Amino acid sequence: MAKSDKPIVWSLFAAGGTLAALLAPVLALLLLLAALGRPPALFAYATMHAFASHWLAGLALFVVIALFLWHAAHRLRITLHDLGLRRDREVSVLLYLAAAGGSLYAIFVLLRFWSH
Amino acid sequence: MSRRPFVRPVSTTRWYFRHPRYLRYMSREITCIFIGALAVLMLVALDRLSRGPAAWQAFIDALQTAYAAPFLLLILLFAVHNASSWFNVTPKAMPVQIGERFLPGSVMIAAHYVLWALVSLAVLWFAGVH
Repeated sequence: MAKSDKPIVWSLFAAGGTLAALLAPVLALLLLLAALGRPPALFAYATMHAFASHWLAGLALFVVIALFLWHAAHRLRITLHDLGLRRDREVSVLLYLAAAGGSLYAIFVLLRFWSH
Repeated sequence: MSRRPFVRPVSTTRWYFRHPRYLRYMSREITCIFIGALAVLMLVALDRLSRGPAAWQAFIDALQTAYAAPFLLLILLFAVHNASSWFNVTPKAMPVQIGERFLPGSVMIAAHYVLWALVSLAVLWFAGVH
């Protein structure tokens, strides 16, 4: 039987889409409030730092960032194809690598909160 | 002699303007750019947070420059569009069968909207917005 990476690629895309649907609007709203000069209480340095230092919050932040990135990468791959860019191999490698790189960087940053 | 098939000229970059349905499809697909931008912004925020109070404050200050709010508003609007279009197709994407029947699509969609509201309120409460 021919092996395909489609189920993995698609399930990560779907998980990211669902998570983005549930969380992206409210997360964007928090940042927008900060931009409008009314940052939520959580955004105080000490509070936010304590939050990000908790392992469960760190895990949640990683999952959110990684799945958002994967969702965006996969959908952009399809959209670029729809827009007439027919070099799917190059496009998919580039976008998935970018998503993977961003996810690795998220791990790198989140581990900083534990090292000091 | 080579045959000369009729080739319908379709623009590869502007075809979605030809029908409202295509335009709705493209408007859903294009939300991914803003979801990606939000993820990158969160990554930058965490990076600044990990570099100490001064770097974090610089990030918050940068959020309050002229272009940040309109950009974040755009992200918010596209995120909402992604959410509503995502929930509206759940009955087609993952139909739930109970016995011989399927759970009505309207019930599934409504349940997702309720969940969305609860999650959003929980995050707002946790973040201390009042």
